Amino acid sequence: MSKRRVVVTGLGHVSPVGNDVSSGWANLLAGKSGITTITRFDASDISCQVAGEVKGFDISQYISAKDARRMDVFIHYGIAAALQAVADSGLDDVPGLDKTRVGVNIGSGIGGLPLIEETGVARHEGGIRKIGPFFIPGSLINMVAGHVSILKGYQGPSYGIVSACTTGAHCIGDAARVIQYGDADVMVAGGAEGTISSLAVGGFAAMKALSTRNDDPATASRPWDKGRDGFVMGEGAGVLVLEEYEHAVKRGARIYAELVGFGMSSDAHHITAPSAEGPARGVLNALRDAKLNPEDVQYVNAHGTSTPLGDANETNALKIAFGDHARKLVVNSTKSMTGHLLGGAGGVEAIYSILAVHNQVSPPTINLHDQDIEGGCDLDYCANTARDMKIDVAISNSFGFGGTNGTLVFKRV
Amino acid sequence: MENIEARVKKIVAEQLGVNEAEVKIDSSFVDDLGADSLDTVELVMALEEEFECEIPDEEAEKITTVQQAVDYVTAHLNK
Repeated sequence: MSKRRVVVTGLGHVSPVGNDVSSGWANLLAGKSGITTITRFDASDISCQVAGEVKGFDISQYISAKDARRMDVFIHYGIAAALQAVADSGLDDVPGLDKTRVGVNIGSGIGGLPLIEETGVARHEGGIRKIGPFFIPGSLINMVAGHVSILKGYQGPSYGIVSACTTGAHCIGDAARVIQYGDADVMVAGGAEGTISSLAVGGFAAMKALSTRNDDPATASRPWDKGRDGFVMGEGAGVLVLEEYEHAVKRGARIYAELVGFGMSSDAHHITAPSAEGPARGVLNALRDAKLNPEDVQYVNAHGTSTPLGDANETNALKIAFGDHARKLVVNSTKSMTGHLLGGAGGVEAIYSILAVHNQVSPPTINLHDQDIEGGCDLDYCANTARDMKIDVAISNSFGFGGTNGTLVFKRV
Repeated sequence: MENIEARVKKIVAEQLGVNEAEVKIDSSFVDDLGADSLDTVELVMALEEEFECEIPDEEAEKITTVQQAVDYVTAHLNK
């Protein structure tokens, strides 16, 4: 029996470059950075003082202020992106939609760290009675999925995968398999993160993982450039509506692209340092799942975080996976503009990959002025200017601490 | 003291996300104002904060209406 096909029929997104998909995409194509000096808290005592913050976001457009107060911000972003995606898909207008066949898989890498931080301080200062009843449900990672299922009445699978910065890709890939396996016809899937707080930024800074280009935030994220000095934290959420192909066709849904492949792998190497073989195997597993050859791919939305080690390593991984064809790929890092959304990265970058296929254009990798050829970063990274190009197949890479890798493959329909 | 009643009503309205006009002296948090079990716990915490007092759990369980909250606060405020 052949696999059930899975297509993308809805997109939703809150990110440092825009609080909806169309404004975010327009800003990406224009090469606009969403990175600024941190305003969310006083970061003056941290080596990194820049981040991709979500700006001007109003959760009360989506849920009541009373409910919103009881959830940490990653849940806000996840709910907003999910509700946007559902609205975009037109699912609400489907008469007799079988909601027992609709599920949600939206994860987060870290979850409610700001609320944990805040509650820890309250407990320290005021004692155990200062821990509120909404502390646990307000910080649990699967509560994005929980709230979306409650808000929309979706009674299929409800969960969120946690795999650090691969979270979003794993959630989307696994949700597609739920549809392929027949457990659901529609899955709302993606990743969310909201951890621009002193504990989280301080934690990544302690690992020396973050850029310290504090005097010029918009240029701090510069994948494959010689001047790159670490990643820049971002926040937000990216959520897709995935739908079984016949289900989508029957209701006349707009189809952005087909999710044809998903691959996973583990480096089995080190908690934070990457290996080239692990990601390469993830890519090859995804292509095998898609029944495609390396030569069929034109566009790669790279993990591309702007760390000295990671950018060169991913380039090597692509060379292993694609061989000579690696030089014909356009390898793009939208993180040059959004920063790194951690568990949300796979979600928003799946959207950017889908829109690249849908609109036949690669966003630019900005701040790439002095390409690190000597360091092995010698592919075509679509430097600084968006490029119209033929894209039949795009892949999106995500790699996470713990050595966990995920690759999604999107095909033009 | 009507001052206490007004303050209690304001907190109840804020915590439960209802209009202050809907909050009557005899309103039940659960039956009239739509609170669930977690809401009522948080509401008691907000009252403790506002009136700088500590309401023991066994007392808190008995506070289910605006009137009961006002009575409790009135009785315990003037130490």
